[in-house]
Amino acid sequence: MTTLLLTRRQVLATGAAMLAGSTLARAHDGTVHVAIRNLAFQPAEIEVRAGETIEWTNDDPFAHTATVKGGWEVMIPPGKKATHVVTAGDTVDYYCRFHPNMKGRIKVVD
Amino acid sequence: MKTLISTLAATCMALTASFALAADKPTDPQIAHIAYSAGVIDVEAAKLALQKTKNAEVKAFAESMKKDHEAVNEMALALVKKLKVTPEDNATSKALVKAADEKRAELGKLEGKAFDKAYIENEVAYHKQVNGALETLLIPSAQNAELKSLLETGLKLFQGHEQHAEHVAADLK
Repeated sequence: MTTLLLTRRQVLATGAAMLAGSTLARAHDGTVHVAIRNLAFQPAEIEVRAGETIEWTNDDPFAHTATVKGGWEVMIPPGKKATHVVTAGDTVDYYCRFHPNMKGRIKVVD
Repeated sequence: MKTLISTLAATCMALTASFALAADKPTDPQIAHIAYSAGVIDVEAAKLALQKTKNAEVKAFAESMKKDHEAVNEMALALVKKLKVTPEDNATSKALVKAADEKRAELGKLEGKAFDKAYIENEVAYHKQVNGALETLLIPSAQNAELKSLLETGLKLFQGHEQHAEHVAADLK
């Protein structure tokens, strides 16, 4: 019986780990983290809900931006963090204005 | 305009010739010197632009070039120190510096919009040439894995600069 219980716990733990894996970038406080390393947004694509905050952490020694063509822009200095609060219309492609080969995508989900 | 185009073409040819000189596989100390020199050249061009331009977009571009190339050259200096490699001056570096000195003298004579346009067009051409050299010669020739990796970061960075310069060039038209 004990063995069975442990097994069930293990199964639950595995399930929880899998769930955590699918929302790797999401923290408990409604902040979605995107790292910038070696001139790339990681992850490049994120799913967020309106009202949540995206936080970029720039680990490069270069200044970057998250820029939406014809829309908002966030400056992310080297070694710093910067945030953007997601609105309903934020399903967008974005890029770095200084290095336009760096591309990211935000998808707003319900 | 005709003069500008022919000068640009001459610069491109000079650069191609400089890199062609190194066709017999440069060594790691030579590669380090070439990459570092290429960075210094763009920092110098950026400093000239910051003195001369009145265009906000060109100024932001030049500031980004100065900071990025200084940062990547600091990484390069730290790496050669760690690897105990002494960068070695060579024909390619010399030809690059010579072509850049001539270009900078020429840009120095221009003012206003003519300067902005010529500076940005040269930035597009220069990054294109450097990226071509990185891809086809410097990265494949590099023996040390860390040097190769830094050159690959440099390539990504400079490909970004090339696109940024193209965006600015399009806005200046």
